[in-house]
Amino acid sequence: MSGSKNTEKTESIESYRQENFRRRSRYTAVFITLAIAFFVIIVININSGNVHIPISRILNILFTRSGDPKEVDIIWRIRLPRILMAAMLGGALSLSGFLLQTFFENPIAGPFVLGISSGAKMVVAFTMIFSLSLGYTMNSYSLIGAAFVGSLVSIGFILLVARRIKNMAALLVAGIMIGYICSAVTDFIVTFASDSDIVNLHGWSLGSFSGMSWSNVHITSVVVGITFVLTFLCSKPIGAYQLGEAYAQSIGVNIKVFRVALILLSSVFSATVTAFAGPISFVGIAVPFLIKGALGTSKPLVVIPATFVGGAVFCMFCDLIARLAFAPLELNISTVTSIFGAPVVIYMMINRRRGVR
Amino acid sequence: MNEKYFELSNLSVGYNKNVLIHDICLDIKKGEIVTLIGPNGAGKSTILKSITRQLEIIGGQVMFDTKEIRSISYKELSKKMAVVLTERLKTELLTCHDIVATGRYPYTGRLGILSKEDEDKVDEALKAVNALDLGNRDFNAISDGQKQRILLARAICQEPEVIILDEPTSFLDIRYKLELLSILGRMAKEKGITIIMTLHEIDLAQKISDKIVCVSGDHITRYGTPREVFKEEIIKELYGIDNGFFDPMFGSIELMKPEGKEPEVFVISSGGTGIPVFRELQKTNTPFAAGILYTNDIDYQLARLLACEVVTEEPFEEISDKALGRAEELMGKCSRVINAGVPIGTQNRRLKELLDLAYEQGKLK
Repeated sequence: MSGSKNTEKTESIESYRQENFRRRSRYTAVFITLAIAFFVIIVININSGNVHIPISRILNILFTRSGDPKEVDIIWRIRLPRILMAAMLGGALSLSGFLLQTFFENPIAGPFVLGISSGAKMVVAFTMIFSLSLGYTMNSYSLIGAAFVGSLVSIGFILLVARRIKNMAALLVAGIMIGYICSAVTDFIVTFASDSDIVNLHGWSLGSFSGMSWSNVHITSVVVGITFVLTFLCSKPIGAYQLGEAYAQSIGVNIKVFRVALILLSSVFSATVTAFAGPISFVGIAVPFLIKGALGTSKPLVVIPATFVGGAVFCMFCDLIARLAFAPLELNISTVTSIFGAPVVIYMMINRRRGVR
Repeated sequence: MNEKYFELSNLSVGYNKNVLIHDICLDIKKGEIVTLIGPNGAGKSTILKSITRQLEIIGGQVMFDTKEIRSISYKELSKKMAVVLTERLKTELLTCHDIVATGRYPYTGRLGILSKEDEDKVDEALKAVNALDLGNRDFNAISDGQKQRILLARAICQEPEVIILDEPTSFLDIRYKLELLSILGRMAKEKGITIIMTLHEIDLAQKISDKIVCVSGDHITRYGTPREVFKEEIIKELYGIDNGFFDPMFGSIELMKPEGKEPEVFVISSGGTGIPVFRELQKTNTPFAAGILYTNDIDYQLARLLACEVVTEEPFEEISDKALGRAEELMGKCSRVINAGVPIGTQNRRLKELLDLAYEQGKLK
């Protein structure tokens, strides 16, 4: 009897090892696919536009910075910074969503639906107009700072609501309402701004990746880069937190500190996005969901990097469509992300109802 | 063995500084199984949440292995104490193996990557709860009983000295209840793990625990061995039972006795044959009398709770005139006599007289 039990044990361990191998292969496949998609979209993005440049010349321009000066200019000054910003901000936005979903234990949480982007937008618009009226132009850091403050204000409200209402649906409604209030206030401010400001503000407040500069790229890469590393280093407590607060604490997570860290990290991400590109909808919910589905796990150690790359690919793709669909007219980025993101969210909700619980 | 291992002294617990239960003094030894029992809402879970530091302790202290529990960091505590909670896990896309592996959290590095040793511990824990085959399954796709085993494996995997469980057997069917409790018993006896838990099933609490804590009102009403605590009166008082009975011998619970003072049926039985008959009569709300039962007869234990009168005799004595007389008197009032089955021997041969009488009266069924 004991003999057969032993083989049974080794068998199940064996099957576990196989399963483990299968999972690793799946992770690898997802990452490779994402990497290929990443580069393909970059190339297509650079390649397409009002001015068509063949791939051979693109590579030449990218690596040697030589060639037709006009083409060099288009690629280096306009298309490349825009693509890089779309990539970094897309990744940041997706991770911001992932962190909020972890925090609220709700897969439909995200910076846009919870009104966090709108809060950031409001404070940015306010400080922008205020400083312009004093004759200053805001630099990128103060933009991010203002957006960060706005994000925290919105989250503060939501947390106040969350303390009183434990119901998740009510929380989302509160977030959407906060979003409306902030948008209304923003519109109000914009109405009273002088004409020259409005031109800038209007495009930005609807969300767009256009007009990105290299200095934007540098600053974003520093802020998003550092925040990404910190987030990745939080994989372990995030994994613990997925079991719920009480279990996380019982295995050694200092909950109070960790909750603050989650809020700060997700706010920095969404603030950076809002500061440069305005509010962008649905990316924060759709991308983490798709990535988790593709990986077949919600383990943060793999989900965090994959979500970042996935968000980058998603936003570059959406930006490509925003630029090309009705060229020379350009769509708002949110228009495109909504078209692709909202159905994913609807699918999610239907699936959840029908699903395990 | 360390006498002062896990000690609660003058502990006050509650929510938001409102004291719910005060002056809790318990002294728990290493490797003991301690079960908190008491009515719903008595605050058993509040006590558990306080000693696991999920709730602020309002007063008094908890000493764990010579240290005050609040002076131990979460990280340090997590290597000594594991929990199994009532709240349901909302996981997505995590396998049972993943869940159990979170128990290794206190031991893994910065990124929480499992070493070979950690993997082995996970396998060991899964094996301890007989769930090796569940490892690859999605946690959301298994039954409640399996989930509870996985959560216990998670706690075991944490290699704690103390496991704290809040109603671990709720939602489980009887087989899983038994399985879970026998695993806990094994953990305590073989590995010297101290187990502190709450249970609703007092019958199981009686059988598994070394110590029982009765929580009721705003304080601990009793703390002692099951032998000391499981007395009919103590349990009745603890749960405020006025609509049934608790039998301390088997830990079983009985519904109210049938209404009415005058018996309608007389039951003659012995050695357990009467028990199903008593229950049947209880269900149809028919008042009955039983006899003649020796006071060490198993039937007597139930008859005394459910019958309006039981005619008894001292064990192994011949049936006296007094007992026989009383039985005949009662039988006279009844319209029906049930012989549930009784072997007639030398000691109880006078029962034959009773049966014959019933037959003559045409009441015997």
